[in-house]
Amino acid sequence: MIEQQYIDLFEQYRGELDANSTEGINRHRDAAFELFKRNGFPSSKLEEYKHSNIVRSFDTELGLNLRNIPVPVNPYDAFKCDVPNLSTYTYFLINDRYYDKAPQSESLPEGVFVGSLQQFSKEFPGQFETHYAKIADMADNGTVAYNTMFVQDGFVVYVPKNVEVEKPLQLINILRGGVDLNVNRRILIIAEENAHVKILACDHAVDDVHFVVTQVTEISADVSAQVDFYELEENSEKVTRLSNLFSEQKENSNVVTSGITLHNGYTRNNYRFRILGEHAEAHAGGLAICDKTQHIDNFAFLDHAVPNCTSNELFKNVLKDRATGVFCGKILVERDAQKTQAYQTNRNLVSSDTAQMFSKPQLEIYADDVKCSHGLTTGQLDEDALFYMRARGIDKEEARLLLMVAFTRDVVDMVRIPVLQERLISLIDKRFRGELMRCGNCAVCK
Amino acid sequence: MLKISNLHAIVEEQEILKGIDLEVNAGEVHAVMGPNGSGKSTLASVLAGNPKFEVTRGSILFKGKELLEMEPEDRAREGIFLSFQYPVEIPGVSMVNFMRAAVNEQRKYKNEEPISATDFLKLMRDKRELLGMDSQLVSRSVNEGFSGGEKKKNEIFQMAMINPLLSILDETDSGLDIDALRVVAAGVNKLQTKENATIVITHYQRLLEYIKPDFVHVLYAGKIIRSGGPELALELEKKGYDWLIKP
Repeated sequence: MIEQQYIDLFEQYRGELDANSTEGINRHRDAAFELFKRNGFPSSKLEEYKHSNIVRSFDTELGLNLRNIPVPVNPYDAFKCDVPNLSTYTYFLINDRYYDKAPQSESLPEGVFVGSLQQFSKEFPGQFETHYAKIADMADNGTVAYNTMFVQDGFVVYVPKNVEVEKPLQLINILRGGVDLNVNRRILIIAEENAHVKILACDHAVDDVHFVVTQVTEISADVSAQVDFYELEENSEKVTRLSNLFSEQKENSNVVTSGITLHNGYTRNNYRFRILGEHAEAHAGGLAICDKTQHIDNFAFLDHAVPNCTSNELFKNVLKDRATGVFCGKILVERDAQKTQAYQTNRNLVSSDTAQMFSKPQLEIYADDVKCSHGLTTGQLDEDALFYMRARGIDKEEARLLLMVAFTRDVVDMVRIPVLQERLISLIDKRFRGELMRCGNCAVCK
Repeated sequence: MLKISNLHAIVEEQEILKGIDLEVNAGEVHAVMGPNGSGKSTLASVLAGNPKFEVTRGSILFKGKELLEMEPEDRAREGIFLSFQYPVEIPGVSMVNFMRAAVNEQRKYKNEEPISATDFLKLMRDKRELLGMDSQLVSRSVNEGFSGGEKKKNEIFQMAMINPLLSILDETDSGLDIDALRVVAAGVNKLQTKENATIVITHYQRLLEYIKPDFVHVLYAGKIIRSGGPELALELEKKGYDWLIKP
């Protein structure tokens, strides 16, 4: 059993884990450990993991930096993100640790906390206890339990009541290591009543070793809160990313998430949205461009528990070579959730005979007065459009490229930061032209 | 300029063109008429190089070069323009980007520098005004949500932008009301010079009242069965096609 080495490791190094973290974080390890011992990692025998054998990623010698040995990198010097006009507050996680030496030129609005999970657990013990490991459900998810066992730090955004953080926050996750590493990262976003915040999280692997990353993100959107959480993965092919995002929403809240997989190795993104208050909206976007043997698996579970809410899911994949894509979208409309509007779309472009796409929409509807739809298509570029463009003198390859960029357009349109939209279009264009191995625009990626 | 000889073409294993001969010189306007299913649109598609059609015999010389050996984009760069009977909607590709790409491909082919942003915007504005097109239309995705008439106007707008040598207008009049037809025809007429030529493919004589042809050809069952001057179109209008088909 692959899990055994991690069980042994946990028992052996429990003292080190605790010593290099905080009491608040440590308090959850025992429960997580019990669950992990019982469930292990989700096996590919499970229907939901049929096409993604994530256990295999752990079947190797992976180091864990449990003693918080400093990683030699100065991200602020190294990283110059050139999203033009994207004026942001910038933060870094080096592997799973918050990097506290990044200077911030401007101060945040009153009462807002952005910083490390460790610090937050000490300074805001009440908020921490209410949310941490509460929104994320580890009972039936071994990866989340595993993350909770080993996690020592992470990134927190806390925006108090009626505060609007106008400028987007940018979190840069940097993976660094001289040996193959397991990184367990945590992100906690708390938006209180009528708080507004937009966050962009970028993943960059710097070193050419194997990284197996578990990431657990918890989003709490209170009454009338607005949370945007965009993720941009630009990792090397040696990175396994196992992400679990949990979002809980109250009345009138509005949450937008988007996961853009520009370059990756093996990725499984789980999304779980619970809509608990009326007139709330959830928008979930996903886009992956995969070639070679890259693997993308997006699993979204959207739970409508109350009436009058809206959800919209749009997941798209562009696959070529021997890439594999998986999408499973589950929508649950509970008995009381009348007047629900839930829309789900999954569209895939598969441009080689060897690329594979597995898609499975699932709608479970127990209320009778709802508007729900799902659409699924997997195909190739529109030949008529291709000919139309060529008939205007546009090169075949260029026409294909324009059409592929166009295909991704509606996912980009879901992003509510205009300059980031422009940047994404240009990154996507570069990706299709094969000019983007890493993002190429920050010193980290050179 | 264009010399089609003994052209045969098939689609889905069915022979549609069965030996077409046609010659078009600079400064001329040719009308190709004929009943439904006679092969008019196939002829247009084959000239533009639509890969759905397979040419089995014959040749098409354009400025002395064999068109059949060229990719569609190279034909366009050589100066062939097809105004589509059914213009394609391309969501996510803006008209502006589409036109800029098209114009620059033409320039690249002629070893010219890409057009400057200001010149391009001016060109767009001038040609848009020529066709009386709403500025909203050109800021949208290509043909997306355009009405039938707007799509046809957009074809001629693109023709004006690209300024081709040989324009093939495939049923450009279908879906146009009389006012739109006048505007479109006026646009086409303004673009005509001594150096370029136009092939107008149409089912009805109506369009030919506005775009005066020098020659009229009747296509039937994959062959040109009659050629004549403008008076032939009028005769067809009066008598229909039957007198030609069943003499």
